[in-house]
Amino acid sequence: MAFFFQIFLAGIAAGCIYALVALGFTIIFKSSGVINFAQGELLLLGAYLVSAGVSQWHLNFFLALFIAIAITVAIAVAFERFALRRMIGRPAFSVLMLTIGLDTLLLTAVIAIWPDVLYAPAAPYSTTAGFDVGGVHITINDIWTIIVTGILCAALYAFFRYTRYGLAMRAAALDQEAALAVGINVGLVNTFSWAIAAAIATIGGFFLAAHLSGVNPGLGVIALVAFPAIILGGIDSVLGAVVGGLIIGIVQQLTAGYENTALIHLFGQSFTLTDKLGPSFDAIAPYLVMLVVLLIRPYGLFGKRKVERI
Amino acid sequence: MSADVSATPPAGVASRRAADVTTRLLGTSRRRVVLILALVAVAIFFSVANDDQFQIVNVTMIYAIAVLGLNVLSGYAGQISLGIAFFMGIGAYTATWLGGTPPTSPRAPVGLGLPFWIWLPAAGIVAALLGALIGPTALRLKGFYLGIVSLALVVIGVQIFKNAAFLTGGNSGRGMLPPAFGDTPINQQNDLFGIALSAGQQFFLVIAPILALAALFVANVMRTRAGRAFQAVRDHEVGAAIMGVNLFEAKMGAFILSSFLAGISGALFASYNVHVDPNTWDLTLSIAFVAAIIIGGIASVWGSLLGAIFVFALPKVLDVYSLVPATGIAGLPSGDVNTVIYGLLIIVFLLFEPAGFVGLIRRGRLLALRMSERNRKGGEPTPAAAGADPGGDAEIERTRLTAGSDA
Repeated sequence: MAFFFQIFLAGIAAGCIYALVALGFTIIFKSSGVINFAQGELLLLGAYLVSAGVSQWHLNFFLALFIAIAITVAIAVAFERFALRRMIGRPAFSVLMLTIGLDTLLLTAVIAIWPDVLYAPAAPYSTTAGFDVGGVHITINDIWTIIVTGILCAALYAFFRYTRYGLAMRAAALDQEAALAVGINVGLVNTFSWAIAAAIATIGGFFLAAHLSGVNPGLGVIALVAFPAIILGGIDSVLGAVVGGLIIGIVQQLTAGYENTALIHLFGQSFTLTDKLGPSFDAIAPYLVMLVVLLIRPYGLFGKRKVERI
Repeated sequence: MSADVSATPPAGVASRRAADVTTRLLGTSRRRVVLILALVAVAIFFSVANDDQFQIVNVTMIYAIAVLGLNVLSGYAGQISLGIAFFMGIGAYTATWLGGTPPTSPRAPVGLGLPFWIWLPAAGIVAALLGALIGPTALRLKGFYLGIVSLALVVIGVQIFKNAAFLTGGNSGRGMLPPAFGDTPINQQNDLFGIALSAGQQFFLVIAPILALAALFVANVMRTRAGRAFQAVRDHEVGAAIMGVNLFEAKMGAFILSSFLAGISGALFASYNVHVDPNTWDLTLSIAFVAAIIIGGIASVWGSLLGAIFVFALPKVLDVYSLVPATGIAGLPSGDVNTVIYGLLIIVFLLFEPAGFVGLIRRGRLLALRMSERNRKGGEPTPAAAGADPGGDAEIERTRLTAGSDA
């Protein structure tokens, strides 16, 4: 049972990171209807900036984090303001491809700036330290991941619920024209949503790097797992992004934990998942969950059901 | 661009006659001249090119087939897909299964050693069948949902390809045979009818006609009822449905045709490289194809070809002729320089010329037409006056119809 709790905890920690990335997707989608394929590479850039800030430029961790957030936010805001803003009224296809263009650029920029350098993750605490509770090893990193995600979610909730700008963003998400009519600057709302998404991505990137004990150019692809999370949770639901992220994290870690050892008894045979499906099946488990969700409940767990007759 | 005649010709006998002429592939004498010049250019290239040049051209032509496929689905029918790499993989592995070396040891991947003319169409057909199988589920979803599902397809596909070792050879990949005439494989020097042909020349003779056929086929389908239905679905689903287009049928048609072309391309790719690596068919490849249709020109056959040249040939040309220093620019290896270039080009074209390279050419021609018009009349002709002249040159008519079309 300790083993189960062990990987369950790992699942929650991983799920928190996915939730952070998924939140970024959802916030942008809600305010502007854009699916941002570059979210994963914003996370990658953020993770590299934090690590490089500490190991290469020898900055204080929090200063490095602040600079990383400032840079990713600046890039996201500039992209929204000078590229996406010109695409209003153009097909969704073109908008999506534009974010793919940004994705390609960011990935190459990271490879160009930091070729073949593997930084250790930077953190104000030891990423490997931990303690045992009833046979379950809990790392400090897991605890911080969960706490910070919790705080960020609460802060976002309060922001959307109680602040002027948060309410403006919700209004714009609900009905852009009506929001414009009551004097909300929808353009500013979109810019703001990109800024929030980039900041969250950077924090998620830091935790992902700490989790994998290092930064590498593949982080962005790992972050794509946030897609299953947002589909599962409902693409236009902030709560859904968090719940979806957690579920996907737990599913993935449970698959990873049991695929090599747990015996499945079927048709008189005993085998493990790895025997039949090959190693690292856990990498695609989230996508299979997503396909099932799309088949039976395309609007997700918390999404708004759209009625369309065609 | 010849496939862009989607707008209905305006009323009036003269303009109807003009439209008739231009909707035919070789309707104008100018096009016939261009075709002859192009054939002469190809013949000259064929006789003087060296192995490096053939390598670049052959690989680009193979990719161009899949670019055409993606353009059918995303460009003409407007369905966002990142799944093209998966269907290429399916084509490649169908080809290796049917055409690969028969296994000599029990652990070697399967292969039946069948000839080229069996495995090539089979690769297309199997990919198309799989498309038909996946289509109904995927196409229920709209817009970016389809994009995300197709992304999942690629991720799951790579996992399958890595693990189905009996067919794919596992992580390190497997071998594949090149096409053979009789007993002699074409990746070596051969005498055909008394003429000595290099490997590159022989591959060119195999691939070029297939690409030409594919381009001609796509161009022609887009002039038929089915092709116009694709474009109607892209432009306005509700409008298309009201006009009697069966949305499901149209999307499925585009999806299947696209998968078929991707399968053919994948099979040729495997055979040309005589090796298939499961990691080839990943998201990066799909994104390169998306870049190709955006840079070349969405919903355009010529655009597909230009896009393939831009994304797949240009990097190789830069490499082979060392136009980018081997050490790269600003610390970037030359491969990444290309990625930056096409990442930037995606953004620049989407922002400033959504019709891609073909759109640029169209603009240039329109500009030239206006200039000559101005010189002839000495006045200041409005664009409408230049285009609406019903008795004028058929080319003017066509340019007016397509120049404004976005997407």
